[in-house]
Amino acid sequence: MGERILMKGNEAIGEAAIRAGCRYFFGYPITPQNEIPEYLSRRLPEVGGVFLQAESEVAAINMVYGAAGAGARVMTSSSSPGISLKQEGLSYLAGAELPCVVVNIIRGGPGLGGIQPAQSDYFQATRGGGHGDYRTPVFGPASIQEMVELVMEAFEVADRYRNPVMVVGDGILGQMMEPVVLPDPKPLDSLPAKPWATTGNQGRPPNVINSLFLDANLCSRHNEHLQEKYREICRREVRYELVDPEGAEIYFVAYGTTSRVVRSVMNRAREEGIITGLIRPITLWPFPQEPFERVVERAKAFLCVEMSAGQMVEDVRLAVNGRRPVHFYGRTGGVVPSPAEIADALRKVLEGRDPGA
Amino acid sequence: MREVFTRPKSMRKVVMHYCPGCTHGIAHRLVAEAIDELGIQHRTIGVASVGCSVLAYEYFDCDFQQAAHGRAPAVATGIKRVLPDRVVFTYQGDGDLASIGTAEIVHAAMRGERITVIFINNAVYGMTGGQMAPTTLVGQVTTTSPGGRDPRHCGHPIRIAEMLATLEGAAYVARVSLHDPAHVARARRAVLKAFRTQLEDRGFALVEMLSSCPTNWGMSPREALRWVKEKLIPQYPLGEFRVPEEEARP
Ligand SMILES: Cc1ncc(C[n+]2csc(CCOP(=O)(O)OP(=O)(O)O)c2C)c(N)n1
Ligand code: SF4
Repeated sequence: MGERILMKGNEAIGEAAIRAGCRYFFGYPITPQNEIPEYLSRRLPEVGGVFLQAESEVAAINMVYGAAGAGARVMTSSSSPGISLKQEGLSYLAGAELPCVVVNIIRGGPGLGGIQPAQSDYFQATRGGGHGDYRTPVFGPASIQEMVELVMEAFEVADRYRNPVMVVGDGILGQMMEPVVLPDPKPLDSLPAKPWATTGNQGRPPNVINSLFLDANLCSRHNEHLQEKYREICRREVRYELVDPEGAEIYFVAYGTTSRVVRSVMNRAREEGIITGLIRPITLWPFPQEPFERVVERAKAFLCVEMSAGQMVEDVRLAVNGRRPVHFYGRTGGVVPSPAEIADALRKVLEGRDPGA
Repeated sequence: MREVFTRPKSMRKVVMHYCPGCTHGIAHRLVAEAIDELGIQHRTIGVASVGCSVLAYEYFDCDFQQAAHGRAPAVATGIKRVLPDRVVFTYQGDGDLASIGTAEIVHAAMRGERITVIFINNAVYGMTGGQMAPTTLVGQVTTTSPGGRDPRHCGHPIRIAEMLATLEGAAYVARVSLHDPAHVARARRAVLKAFRTQLEDRGFALVEMLSSCPTNWGMSPREALRWVKEKLIPQYPLGEFRVPEEEARP
C-alpha cells in the first residue's frame, strides 16, 4: 500500500486501471469524464501502453473488443449519451465472452440532457442496454477510495468470467478530490493467462472470437452457457454495505453519491432520536438480496433514494417482495437531492405517508 | 506429377457456402495465397465483418475475430495496437464498409492504421437479399430500388478507393476486378502489396475488389462477370490510387 494522496475521482479511475494492469484505453471525449482519458493519454505511454482517442464511442467500444480479443486488459469510459452508443459493442463483448471494463460517469438525460450528476442509467446498466439475454456486473462506488478498489477489482471479475464489467459514478465522484491510498500495482506477470485470445496460431489450432451461432440449437446452448455464468456471478460476486443500528425501523436504500447524502441525513436524524438503517448496494447487478433478508423482519418500511425518477427502487421492490412498504424519493436531471428533502421524505415515511406524493 | 492447383495452406478444408459463380471465393483464395507466400499464417489475425463473408473465420486457417456490422476496422485497430508485430486484416462488403462502417474505415485510414483491408464491392447488400448499397449503380434495380437507383432520391454511387486515397495515412489503395483470369492475376499482386505495406510498417492498405453477386443481380455467373466488366468498371475505374512513397518514385 502506498501513501495517502489527494486525487480527483476521474484521475484516480485512470490510475487504478493502470495499477490493475490495464495498458489500453480507447475513448471519445464527453463531460463529465474527460479527466479519465486526459490522465491516461499522459500516463499510458509512460508504462508502455496505448491511449487512443477514437472517432466515436461506437468505434471505441469496438477497439476495446479487438484489444480484449487479443488478450489485453482494456478499458473505455464515457458518460450517458456515449454509453448508449456503446451498447451494441457491449452486447457483442458479452456474446463473444470478452473481458473489459467500462466506466460510466452518469449525467442527466434523456437525450443530450445535462452534465450534472445523475443515476438515471441504472436500468441501462443493470438490464443490459444492448440486445440479447446478457448481463454485465455493475459496481457503484460511493467514494474515491472505493472507486479505486472497485476499478481494480472490476478487471479481476472481468477476466474471471470473461465478461464486460461496468463501473458507474457521476460527476460529483468524478470531479471531487478526496484522499486515497493507492494499492500497489499488480505485477503484469501475475495477470491471468488467456489461451483463447487471438494472438496468431503459432503451434496451436486457430482461435476464433465470435458471437454468431446460425443454428438455433447452438445459439441456445451458448445462451445456456452464458446464463450459467451469470448465475455463478450472482452466487459469488454480490457486494453491499449494511448499516444496521440497534432499533432501526426505517431502512434507506441508496448507492453511490446518493448514499453519502443519505448518511448525513441519518446522522442528523439520530440526533433527533430517529434511528435508521441503510442498505447500500455496491454491486447494482447482481443486486444484493441478502441484506433485505437480514432486516426485513424488523423493518417497518424501506425508503429508496436515487438521482433518478425511480429505477433501483424496482429491484428493491423485487427484493422486499411485498413484505413491507417500499417508498421512493428521487430528483432528476442532474439535481442532487438535498439532506433537507431526504429528511422530509423520511418524516413522511415515519408518519405513514408516501414521500413521492 | 506436378501439382498445378492446390488449396492454399491458409485455407481450411471445408466447403464454402457462397453461391455458384460468386467471386467471394476467389477473393478468399487471393488473400490466403498472399498469406502463404509471405509466410505469415501463424501471425495473422483476420477480422470478419457482417455480410455474406460473415463466416470467413471458418474458411481461413488462422486466428480470427468476428466484428459487428461496419466495425471491423475498429476491431482491427484494437488488435493491432495490442499486437503491433502481428498481421491484421479485415474482409468487408460494401454495405459493411461503405455504408454503416464509413466512419470506422475513414478514421482507420486517417490514422494510418497498420492494417490491410479487403473490400468487396458487389454493388448490393448480398446477405440480406440484394437491397440497394451506397455502391449501387445509377438506374440499377435492387429490392429497395425497384425503379432503379434514382440519384435525385438517393445520390450517386460512392467511390471508396478514390476517397480514401486523399488521406496521407493511406499508404496503399487500389481497385481491382475479379471478372477474368488476367484481372485476378492483377488482383493477386495488389493483395500482396497491401500485405507488404503492412509488413513494412508503411501505413493503411486497402484493396477494393469489384466482385459479382449473380444471385442478387438475377444473372447467370457468366452474365454477372460480363456485367462487372461492362457496367461496374466504367463507374469504378481500376488502378492504384496510392502507393507507398518509395515505390512511387520513378
Ligand atoms: C447493425 C446491423 N444492421 C443490419 C444488419 C443486417 N445485415 C446483415 S448483412 C448486411 C449487408 C451486408 O452487405 P455487404 O456488406 O454489401 O456484404 P455482402 O453480403 O454483399 O457480401 C446487413 C445490412 C446487421 N447484421 N447488423
Ligand atoms: S448472395 Fe451474392 S455475394 Fe452473397 S454469396 Fe451469393 S452471390 Fe455471393
